[in-house]
Parts: sequence; C-alpha cells; structure tokens
Amino acid sequence: MSDENPRILKISILRFDPHDPEDFPHMETFEIEEAHGMTLYVALNEIREHHDNSLKFDFVCRAGICGSCSMLVNGRPTLACRTLTKKLDEHFTLAPLPLFELIGDLSVYTGKWMRGMNERLESWIHEKENELNVDKLEEKMEPALADEIYELDRCVECGCCVAGCGTAQMKPYFVGAVGLNKIARYQLDPRDKRSDEDYYELIGDEDGVFGCMTLLGCEDVCPKDLPLQSKIAYLRRMMIKTALKN
Amino acid sequence: MKIIHTDVLIVGGGLAGLRVATGVKERGHDAIVLSLVPPKRSHSAAAQGGMQASLANGKMGEGDNEDVHFSDTIKGSDWGADQVVARMFTHCAPKAIRELAHWGVPWTRVQRGDHTAIINAEKVIINEKDEAHGLITARDFGGTKKWRTCYTSDGTGHSMLFAMDNKAKKEKVEVHERLEAMAIIHEKGRCEGVVARNLMNGELVAYIAKATTIATGGYGRIYSVSTNAIICQGTAHAMALETGVATLGNMEAIQFHPTAIVPVGILTTEGCRGDGGLLLDKDGYRFMPDYEPDKKELASRDVVSRRMTEHMRKGKGVKSRYGDHLWLDITILGRAHIEKNLREVKEICENFLGIDPAVDWIPVRPTQHYSMGGIRTKYTGESQTMKGLYSAGEAACWDMHGFNRLGGNSVSETVVAGMLVAEYISDFLDSSDSDMEIHTSKIEYFVKKEQDKLDALLCKENGEDAYVLRRRMEEIMMEKVGIFRNGDDLKDAVDELEELLKRSSNIEVFRSKSRAANPALVNAYRTQKMIKVALTAALGACLRTESRGAHSREDFPKRDDENWLKRTITSWPDENQTLPTVNYEEINIATMELPPGFRGYGKDLTSHHPQTASRVAKVDKITQELEEKGSDRFEIQNELMPFIDKLPEKYRGINERFGENV
Repeated sequence: MSDENPRILKISILRFDPHDPEDFPHMETFEIEEAHGMTLYVALNEIREHHDNSLKFDFVCRAGICGSCSMLVNGRPTLACRTLTKKLDEHFTLAPLPLFELIGDLSVYTGKWMRGMNERLESWIHEKENELNVDKLEEKMEPALADEIYELDRCVECGCCVAGCGTAQMKPYFVGAVGLNKIARYQLDPRDKRSDEDYYELIGDEDGVFGCMTLLGCEDVCPKDLPLQSKIAYLRRMMIKTALKN
Repeated sequence: MKIIHTDVLIVGGGLAGLRVATGVKERGHDAIVLSLVPPKRSHSAAAQGGMQASLANGKMGEGDNEDVHFSDTIKGSDWGADQVVARMFTHCAPKAIRELAHWGVPWTRVQRGDHTAIINAEKVIINEKDEAHGLITARDFGGTKKWRTCYTSDGTGHSMLFAMDNKAKKEKVEVHERLEAMAIIHEKGRCEGVVARNLMNGELVAYIAKATTIATGGYGRIYSVSTNAIICQGTAHAMALETGVATLGNMEAIQFHPTAIVPVGILTTEGCRGDGGLLLDKDGYRFMPDYEPDKKELASRDVVSRRMTEHMRKGKGVKSRYGDHLWLDITILGRAHIEKNLREVKEICENFLGIDPAVDWIPVRPTQHYSMGGIRTKYTGESQTMKGLYSAGEAACWDMHGFNRLGGNSVSETVVAGMLVAEYISDFLDSSDSDMEIHTSKIEYFVKKEQDKLDALLCKENGEDAYVLRRRMEEIMMEKVGIFRNGDDLKDAVDELEELLKRSSNIEVFRSKSRAANPALVNAYRTQKMIKVALTAALGACLRTESRGAHSREDFPKRDDENWLKRTITSWPDENQTLPTVNYEEINIATMELPPGFRGYGKDLTSHHPQTASRVAKVDKITQELEEKGSDRFEIQNELMPFIDKLPEKYRGINERFGENV
C-alpha cells in the first residue's frame, strides 16, 4: 500500500441482532480507506464511529492478550485485534465465531461456554486441605517444569480452537482442545493432587479425549501456538492406559 | 423490577475484585461479582513483567526484605504515599505471592548454578545457590534496589488472573458477566448497592448488598493513546463521584510508561529494560546514562518518561508519520532469552509492527499507563466518607503509590489489597454495624433515575454526537494534561472540559435506538461519565503548583513539601455543578517512618517542609538508640511507625526468607 493511493477496503460483515424481531442474518458491506498499520480493531471502530454506530463486536486489550475478539476472518477463526488489514485482500468477510451464543453481529458469548467447560473439568488446582501457610517459604518446583506448565497456561480461552473443531460441530458437549489442554496442564502440575483416574472421569469419553477426530483444526488456528496436537495425543495414550489398568 | 440481594457486591472481575470475592467467601459471606467482560479478559491479564515481593530467593535479591521494598515504594511515590499502607503492603506481598503459587501460578523458578545476564550493556555471570534452586526467582525493574520482580515469562498478569479466576470458580463465586454498574444506591451516607445494566439485553437490575466494592481498575482511556484496555474508562470513578458523598484522591497523579509501541500504544514490559534492554535515540546513541548516570534505563518510570520526552524535544527523536519516537533495543539479550522470557513482547512486535525484536529495534515512546489516583479510602479499603462502599486495586487510592507507582507494584497491590480488604469487609459484615434497612421505593427511585437517563439519550433530537465530545476530551488530556504540564495549558484544559461537560448533557444517540445490546448508547452514557473524571484530573493538576512524581509542572519544577505535601480530594456534591469540588488532606510528617528526602534523580529541587528536619532527627535518634540496645529490624520499625496491629490477625506473621530466618 502506498500512502498516496490507499486501498479502499470492502468489508462484508455478517450481521444479526437477535433482540430485534424484525432482523434476520444478512451481509452488509462497508467501504473504508485503509490506513498505515491498520488492524481490524482500528477498522471496525472506524466503521462504528463513522458508518454505523450499532455495529457490535468485542475488544478489550486490543493487544492479542485477552482473547475477546476472536471472529471469522474470511471464514477462519482468529484474533481480530492483531490482524493487519494489509495482510488481507481488498475485499474480505467477517463473521461471528460459530458454536457460541450470539449477542449480536460479531459479538459472541464465549465467556458462558468457557465457564461451563471450566466448571465441568474443575480446571483449578485440587490441593490438599489446609496445607498453605502464607508465612512459610513456597514449595520448590523444578524450573523446567514451571516453564512447561506455563507453556500450556498461556491459553487465553479465545474460542478459536472450538470454532475450528470438526468434533465440536457435531458434539455440542465436546470439551474442545481448550478443555483438553487444561487437563494436560493440571496433569503436569504436582500441586494438583488429582490422579489419572480422576482425569479419566472428566475426559475419558466421547465428549472428552475420545471424541476428537484428529482433524487438528485447533492447532492450525490457535493464536498462541499451543502444542494442542501433541497434548491431545498424549492425553489419549494416558487415558487408554488408565482405562486398561482398571 | 429485578432486585438481587447479596452480602458483598464486587464491581470488577480483575485480580483485585476476584481476590476480594474469594476472601469474603472464605469467611462465609455471599459474594457476587459484576464484570463488563468475562473475568479472564480483564485488564489484569495485560500486566506483563511481574509482581514485586521481597522473597530474596535469587542472588541479585540477596539482602532484600520488607524494609527495602518499603523504602523503594515511598521514594518512588515521591513521598506522596500513605506510609502505613505501604508497610502493610510490603509485609503482605510475600504472602500473596506464596498464596498464588499454591493456587497454581507457574512462577518462573531459580535455576542453580551460573547463568549469563546483561547488566548495564555488559554480560555478567550470576551464580545461583543450590539451596535456592526451585524457589521463585525475580528480575530487575525500575526504581528498585534489588531484583524483586517475580514473573512468569512476560505473561505474569495472565497467569495470575487465570489462577485467581479458577480459584473463584472453585469457591463458587457468582460472576455476572457483561453487567455494567451505572449508579450507586445510597441513603444518608450509606452505600446499599448499585443499579446495573445488562449489556446483552439492556435490562436494569438492582443489586442490594451490605458492602459494595469498586475494583474496576484505572481511567487511562480518558487519553487518546493509552496502554490500558479499552474498558479502563473510569466510569466507576464517575459513579462514585455522582453520589455526591464519596471522594476521589489524587486524580491528577497519572503515570506514563516509557515503552509503549508507536503508534498503537501497546505496552512492552519494563522487563525489557530490567533484563538489560537499552533506550537509543535517532543516532543509535544510548542517552539515559547522560541524564541519570546512576540508574540509567532503570530509573523510576516517571523519570525515564520525562527524560525521553526531554531528549526528543532536543531533536533526538526518530521522525515518523505518527510523531517522534525513540528505540528500545533488546537485541543484546539474544533470541533465546527473548523467546523464553519476553515472548509476549515478541508476539506484539511481530503482529503489530511486523518486526523481529531479536534483530530489530522497537519504536517506543512514553504513553499513559497507570492511574495512581482513585476512590479515596481508609487503609481498610472503605471510602472515607461513604459507609459500606469499598474499593481495591488500581481503582482505589488507599494510597500506596502516591504520585508515582513502581513497576511490578500494581499486580502485587491488586492481590494484597484484595486479601486485606476482604478481611475488613468480613469484619464489618460480622458486626451489627453493617445492619441495613432499605425501602423498595428507594431502590425503585434509583432504578427509575437510570432508566430516565437512558430514555433521554435515546429520545433526544438535534443533540450532540458523543463521539465528537469524547475524541475532543481525549485530545485535551493528551495535549494539555500530559507528561509535562503548565498552568496555561491546564487552565485551557479545565475550561474546555467544563464546556464539553455542559454539552454532554445534550448527547443524542444517533440512529441506533435499541435498548438491548447497543454500543452507541453505551458510548453515550460512558462519555458523560468520562468527561467528569477527566475534569477531576485536569483541575487537580491545574491547582497543584508543584512537581511531584508523575505530576510535573514546567512552571513549578520544585517539589514543594511546605505547601503541597497533601492529597487532592475531589468530590461532586451537587449534580448541577460543572466543576468538581477540590479539598486537600494533609500528609503528616510527624508519623512518617521515612521522612521526606531526595529521590536521587537529577538535581534536588525539593523545597522542604519545616517539620522534616525534626522528624529526620527523631527517626535517626530512635534508630540509633534501639540499634545500640540490640533491637532487631522489626522492633525498630515498630517503634518508628507501628502498623502490624492494623493488619488482620492471620496476616501478621513474620515472612520466612531464605538466608534471613530459614
């Protein structure tokens, strides 16, 4: 893009306001002038401010950290805030993330889905009771193990892996790569006292690790490049071993 | 009318809010958290570099303890902080981090043996002891004597927030997402809850609670460029002001972070410089040692931001279409280090700038980052003027940062304030003092008032465009209430903001008339609130004729303890006022553990208070006498400024520290 001749972007957005009984899902195209370094965050705000102030979308950190703004860009789930328009053609489409409850236009209720998944998988440390004395030195941990846990802890629950998942399309209760990654993370963590049998109870079925059809769209679209493929494979081996043992 | 009752209502689902919620739950009280976004999306997640806690586990942290952390915090605050609060904080920070470690934060750990670090542009070998292997490690940050900032790579806030939110889920804390607090319900100086709006369907809901906690973070978005998340708009501060009873403290105390990327203003952590990164000018020249030969790039944030601005004003900035900037060079840290400890920074550079920070320099300039000011509270977190209203974290001014916050002290404050305020609230709830009677007609009155305001915005014709007012407000704050301030600009800012406030009563929501999810309506009422908050900051800055911490007046370069060792207290007693009411609260030197002194940056321009010398003499005398008697550091501290009895009993214990008492 040269400064003298900025492109005119044609942005087609799938719009629908479920609170308006007259409304129905439809595409609407907006034309805006591209600016240097423009991201979809900038572009969508410009549309809202200057073209249609009813356009609904979600941004919070606008820095690729919080996971709020995932949407389909030309059909592919990704974080909108860090998508530069210069990497897209002049004409592109935006649509809300599928599988999540629609709030309106590009805004979806990922929070509700993630809460359900987290509560179901009890994605917190199950520590021994009354073990903590805050005055005492912290328990030691191997530095490499802490790094390994952090690697999986980086998930931002943006929902891209769920939107990109073939299994999730067919099984409404599938925990998704996001859920399986949580279990892999806690299973690594010595502070969590759950046994493999406990994890089996949570993911040892068709809605858990055995539901995955290994299409691995999750890993392709994960904005944090989490090692989802290897972790799902690992969990599956572990769960089969656990099942055979019992 | 929908009414929801609970014991403790918490507005804001970031680190501070969630920690208050789990704390009161543990004490047997019910809690509901209202959050604009799913809690894990809160701005706490964006904290990158780390959390200060004086664990002293690593080689470079040896000798660290609460005393050193306290002294760094007070100097950093330019003596504006409440020293008792700062003591409570530094005492509890190690406890808070150990608690978080227990709840699952994968803190980066000490690795035994030799490893290479970059200090002052040179490679240095640091040897970590065998015994420390596996304990929580720390990095260097600005304005600190020791390496005290604990971290998980540069995703510290993210890891802390996820662990905290998971803990809240475990404790079955009820979270109502996409709910926005609109007004505080109150009567005779007693806070009784809030009216909230559901952002998905537009419904107004009354939440009635014995204690209400505001934990909504800062108000950075009153500026056009800020590192803050876009939800950090200060609307809860306006909500407190609009009671006419609650007060705000030091709203003019606003921090600019030295290294946000240009032009979008996304933060690159202080850890970049803490780990050895350098600031360079257009000639590739490292300029900070010329200005601050001692601390260089790791001077306090306010100092580095001013020095960078000064240097750019000398024509040494790099010209760009978005104005001048400087370079942050982390290439000397090496790719391995960047990919392990600065990976968020790397991602941000790749995605937003299209550069590789292991090879390329990062374009940066100082950008609005943190609000030291906030809802003025006692050390318990309760408003000084409104019973039952509490505040914690960046939203509050309790006041541990004074006029400049140290890097790494913010996430640390959120969890410490959360754990303490939860106890004070629980004590309040356990006493009959918290008994409350409220008539449904009162609730109805407050709900109707909010409904009427929304109706007016939707029905108005030929009114003002909220976006126009808001963009102008943001520009005024950027141009006239920035890093360097002067009387003329500040006067202009106040006048023009007052005019915008008057115009904002006439805002019309164009075209988008839905009462349900409606971003235009949201922008309209938030703009009205944000202009009020901007006015408190601008007026406070205009009246404060001195320079202290991040508040830097070109026309009054001295720190003037004689006239200005006090907090700015702002309120809005009459809703028809077009300017806030400003009062001051004296800061008492006679009770200070660390009397006012020189921070050690540039020339000492302090105009000292007459009481300072006598307090210094007294502190020295007491210290000397007790040292001669063989008293330990705790006994001496207690004699100078007792604070321990103010803490909840469960947090009074002495912290174990490697090399000190272990």
